[in-house]
Amino acid sequence: MSVVLTARELTRHYEVSRGLFKGHALVRALNGVSFELEAGKTLAVVGESGCGKSTLARALTLIEEPSSGSLKIAGQEVTGANKAQRKQLRKDVQMVFQSPYASLNPRQKIGDQLAEPLLINTNLSKAERREKVQAMMQQVGLRPEHYQRYPHMFSGGQRQRIALARAMMLQPKVLVADEPTSALDVSIQAQVLNLFMDLQQEFNTAYVFISHNLAVVRHVADQVLVMYLGRPAEMGPKEDIYNKPLHPYTQALLSATPTLHPDPLKPKIKIAGELPNPLNPPSGCAFHKRCPHATERCAREVPAFRQVETRQVACHYAEQFL
Amino acid sequence: MTDPITKSASAMPPSAVDQSLLYPSPYSEFWQAFARNKGAFAGLLFMCLIVFCALFAPWVAPHTPSEQYRDFLLTPPVWLEGGTWQFILGTDELGRDLLSRLIHGSRLSLLIGLSSVVMSLIPGVLLGLLAGFFPRLLGPSIMRLMDVMLALPSLLLAVAIVAILGPGLINTVIAIAIVSLPSYVRLTRAAVMGELNRDYVTAARLAGASLPRLMFITVLPNCMAPLIVQATLSFSSAILDAAALGFLGLGVQPPTPEWGTMLASARDYIERAWWVVSLPGLTILLSVLAINLMGDGLRDALDPKLKNAA
Repeated sequence: MSVVLTARELTRHYEVSRGLFKGHALVRALNGVSFELEAGKTLAVVGESGCGKSTLARALTLIEEPSSGSLKIAGQEVTGANKAQRKQLRKDVQMVFQSPYASLNPRQKIGDQLAEPLLINTNLSKAERREKVQAMMQQVGLRPEHYQRYPHMFSGGQRQRIALARAMMLQPKVLVADEPTSALDVSIQAQVLNLFMDLQQEFNTAYVFISHNLAVVRHVADQVLVMYLGRPAEMGPKEDIYNKPLHPYTQALLSATPTLHPDPLKPKIKIAGELPNPLNPPSGCAFHKRCPHATERCAREVPAFRQVETRQVACHYAEQFL
Repeated sequence: MTDPITKSASAMPPSAVDQSLLYPSPYSEFWQAFARNKGAFAGLLFMCLIVFCALFAPWVAPHTPSEQYRDFLLTPPVWLEGGTWQFILGTDELGRDLLSRLIHGSRLSLLIGLSSVVMSLIPGVLLGLLAGFFPRLLGPSIMRLMDVMLALPSLLLAVAIVAILGPGLINTVIAIAIVSLPSYVRLTRAAVMGELNRDYVTAARLAGASLPRLMFITVLPNCMAPLIVQATLSFSSAILDAAALGFLGLGVQPPTPEWGTMLASARDYIERAWWVVSLPGLTILLSVLAINLMGDGLRDALDPKLKNAA
């Protein structure tokens, strides 16, 4: 399997104005994230709101330049790429958005929206574009007569399938999906997820799947990356993370997943407080103020993101949880 | 990797042909949506009548508009006591036939209204798009300039512009267009800034859309609704502004018939001969109403959400 996406110490900082005389504050929305992703595999990124998931998505899709770090897509370095290279890179990374109600242009027919990537990036004739669009529509389960319809005539699930079809038109190497099912009915979610996975098999696309629904992640992911306040907390194969989470934050996240038959022997881990202010993150380990296992060392030292058996963890005491 | 696409594509063409027959062309689709709106259709009929009068004024009008019938000063319309069939809508203070003047006046009034709307709409939309797409680079300078223009009373600004350019029809139109520019710029910029944050614009960017494509194909169609309403409203104010300029001696010069000038010059007779003032006013009112109805219909017909599902 070939690696199609490599991120090394990816960071994205925002300068925030705090008023006339105060100077700028720095928000470290993304603070050193590294991973590799192979073709045909899915990396799921989980974490609570404000942990930098969407910033990561924006950096990966070249919507925003990373502040530092390196990003390689299909072997091509993104930072410092020239115009022609960027144009090529654009084709390799596509995105599916959270809300299917906002991600389709309300004034464009479905057929035109699906053909747009082809119109811009290829030299196909009108008839050829139409053929490709019709083929893709069939693949995502839309009928040919939907070609002439406007987005408002479709349900949320159908719209998300249209959005997925649009992202797949150019057969990208990497698809970033930013909570693609969170705006959908539960009954539709599974259908859309299965479509995601079918298309992945068909085109051998690598997925970066951002979600805060752990059940969905369990269904689609190969690798899981847990983020907290812009930093990676834990990353590893799905089974390992779900069966034996090593980072206290991952443990708390997993224990918070509602189940039909709660295990009385496993008490729910409750974490107190809220996500700290990213303008003023805590010293040492970002999680230490909410962590039930925190010690003095956690307040002092930033834990390294280190290899523990099959996965990487950013916790001083990861071995204790093995 | 392309195999599945080409394979399934070869099965598609027959149904592709079938369904393109099922759907009307964009023009007939637009026309159906427009004609379903009765008010808009009535407005369109009235405007067609006015345009017809304007185009064929010398043949439609019963008299020459500037000929003065000295024996028939302030003759009332035919349905009032003292009216004659010779002057159906009566005559004005100089004995000129009102109907003929109204018919001839439609030429200039329509010209002023249309051209000043077009001349402010196009640059206004362009400036608004630029200000919306470059909120740091161009936005502040464009918007401050528009604020300066808004700070001056519109008629005063128009008078100043005409005074600089010199009186005359074209300069009047230019002055009115410049005065109504800020509202288009502000409307467009506000709509653009609202749309730019939506995901579909990001999706178009990800597809590699160029800046002009983003501006005119992705974003602009979604900003049209307030612009169309503003354009139809400013059509009427353009006619009235032209009248005001004419009244001050800076616009269309008498004896050329023009609705606004007719309205302004006949005000002294409003107590003795109401028709001399009311009929041009009524004509302006009706054509403005017709244009506004048409504008509403246009806005709805261009909005896919308000069309019936096919």
